[in-house]
Amino acid sequence: MGKIKLIIWREFITRARKPSFLIMTILGPLLLVGGMVLVTFLGMQEGGIQNIVVVDKAHLLTNKLQESNDIKFFYEPDELSDSAFKASPYSAMVEVNPLVLENNTIQIFYKDLPSMTVQNYISREIEKVLETEKLRVNNVDPATYRRIKTALKIQLFDIEKQGKQSYDQIKAFLGFGFGYLIFFFIFMYGAQVMRGVMEEKQNRVVEVLISSVKPFQLMMGKIVGVAMVGLTQFLLWVVLTLVLGTVGMGFAKSAISGAAMQPTTQMTTQLQAQMDDQGTVQSDAGEAAEMLGVAKAIWDDLPVTAILLLFVFYFLGGYLLYSSLFAATGAAVDSETDTQQFMLPITIPMIIAIVIAQTAVYNPDGPAVFWFSIIPFTSPVVMMVRIATGNAFAHPAELALSMALLIATFLFTTWLAGRIYRTGILMYGKKVTWKELGKWLFYKG
Amino acid sequence: MLSVENVVKRFGDHVALDGVSMDVPKGKIFGLLGPNGAGKTTLIRIITRITGPDSGRVLLNGKPMTDADVMAMGYLPEERGLYKKMKVGEQALYLAQLKGMDKQEAAKRLKEWFERWEMGNWWNKKVEELSKGMAQKVQFVTTVLHQPEFLILDEPFSGFDPINAELIRTEILRLAATGTTIMLSTHNMGSVEELCDHIALIDRNHVVLSGSVKQIRQQYSTNTYRVEFKGQAVAFANALAYHGELLDHQDEEGICTARVKLLHGATLNNVLAATLPVAQMIGLREEVPGMHEIFIRAVSEKNPDLVAAGTTE
Repeated sequence: MGKIKLIIWREFITRARKPSFLIMTILGPLLLVGGMVLVTFLGMQEGGIQNIVVVDKAHLLTNKLQESNDIKFFYEPDELSDSAFKASPYSAMVEVNPLVLENNTIQIFYKDLPSMTVQNYISREIEKVLETEKLRVNNVDPATYRRIKTALKIQLFDIEKQGKQSYDQIKAFLGFGFGYLIFFFIFMYGAQVMRGVMEEKQNRVVEVLISSVKPFQLMMGKIVGVAMVGLTQFLLWVVLTLVLGTVGMGFAKSAISGAAMQPTTQMTTQLQAQMDDQGTVQSDAGEAAEMLGVAKAIWDDLPVTAILLLFVFYFLGGYLLYSSLFAATGAAVDSETDTQQFMLPITIPMIIAIVIAQTAVYNPDGPAVFWFSIIPFTSPVVMMVRIATGNAFAHPAELALSMALLIATFLFTTWLAGRIYRTGILMYGKKVTWKELGKWLFYKG
Repeated sequence: MLSVENVVKRFGDHVALDGVSMDVPKGKIFGLLGPNGAGKTTLIRIITRITGPDSGRVLLNGKPMTDADVMAMGYLPEERGLYKKMKVGEQALYLAQLKGMDKQEAAKRLKEWFERWEMGNWWNKKVEELSKGMAQKVQFVTTVLHQPEFLILDEPFSGFDPINAELIRTEILRLAATGTTIMLSTHNMGSVEELCDHIALIDRNHVVLSGSVKQIRQQYSTNTYRVEFKGQAVAFANALAYHGELLDHQDEEGICTARVKLLHGATLNNVLAATLPVAQMIGLREEVPGMHEIFIRAVSEKNPDLVAAGTTE
């Protein structure tokens, strides 16, 4: 046992001491958050100023559309010819037909496809003008209309949980996030196990070690050591994210309360410059406050401890299952290029798991989700969605079966991998086939 | 100390070892000799319990080998290496601890070794910064650091330049003098002749010859002597009469070197007695067959149809 500890410690410390570990630990959450911010930001950003020409055959819109920093409108009463448009500096041409009030349709001709943000902006602006026009034509008072216009919100309640709103959809996304994290960790650290085994085999350290320790100890030491690196990194991420999150939340809260309670502060005037009226500002602040409320409700509603414990269980179970297979692969081959044929069967179930987990977000009760949350090769990812939505707790027998099967399977794959490993690590210069691997299982120890 | 009894090992259809037996006496240097692919490494892996034999057994001091015995022994494999990214000192400590040594004790002994072999400033170097020979020295130190009673060295001289090979040779002799039993495997038979007390020759999965080096030399003795004397070669040849046969001779500045093969029943004394009157003796030496020669003869005796052609290295 003392030797396994030594091996685990070496595997852990040599990895944890690498500068790349520290960098990944710090950059991980930043990259995660930064990546999301960047995607959102880039999605909103256009390539410079968009000059859009509006061919206003209905004579309704001219000079009535509000421009933004990036979007400028120009107006033409008559249709531009294709060649004239091509020669013009305009990036898109909006054609408004004379019957637009009846058919509610416009056409956009473009040189570069306008982004969703630009399309939405154009649509919103034109809608506003058309609505005002329709109100005028129908003799409806705008104030009346605003009272009539209804934006319906749905609040879901699970009858089993009296008086509490259920946020199954959001929870399912949360579960998918957990599942995705498991998927990511299994691949990242499974590959590290494989590379570690290959390194030991390639530089023949394993020949020296094998007279001091049993091959199985060597394999398990590596698997556990790398798992500890993964868990440490995960823990550090959690701590870092919590710190970053708390700081971020603090900012958000003060911004919201500032906006909602003191409509005349500087912040509001800044916002006001961008928005139409004070009402929008207040409703935005209200929305943000509501989101915080939802987050709080979900947090209160979720059995957080149970979920975290189950996350660690499925993370470790899935990792042990796959990393033993990765270790066996590393032992069987001579070089990285030979890993391909064995990697495919390991990768496919994981890909399936992610796909099924995605469908589980929308339909956690489906038969596919049920089966793949039981099958141990996919259960760590898929079951996390069911756990987060509470579905798994409603069917404790299924959860227990899934967990038991996962344990049984990783014990089996570890045993299997151990048999392949002890033969493979001492075998060089041979292109290993599946048949060969089968034979290794039955070699006498 | 160690006895291998009738060990058989097959890999699929390939027979790697076929009824191999040998005895390694305590406190001696035992040479396991044979060409590449003869089955030496397979035998060593069975002794070190890395693989199991299909039949037969390995006894240490009369008892079947246990895992604890294997942990206690020192083993330098033929294919060997170190973690390239790890520092020399740290790595040596790790390997010593895996052998069950206490960390402080290991560090103390390592320092001694490093000083003795003038590797003091290597401690904080990464292995990838060392030359191949330097890494081999570190490897040797880590193999013997825990002072094993039984030591297996598989091709210990590969990767060393002549100076360091001599260093290792001296070290092996020193270890043997302190009572360590050493099993030394190599395909380069010439390199270990003077080192080994006992040998076993393996060829094509069989032991073709084993025993003490002296015995084997005697067994394969050609009864040929190199005699240096002042005098006439013709007179010398005549005087030999029925005691010996003059194979060839060289004359150089009045000194004649003759190769004499004793004839059946004759002794060296007979030859000397017969030739003393006509020759002024300067030197006398037996022509000993080299291990390589003995090996070829042993193989061709066992397989007369194969002759030695295919087995030379």
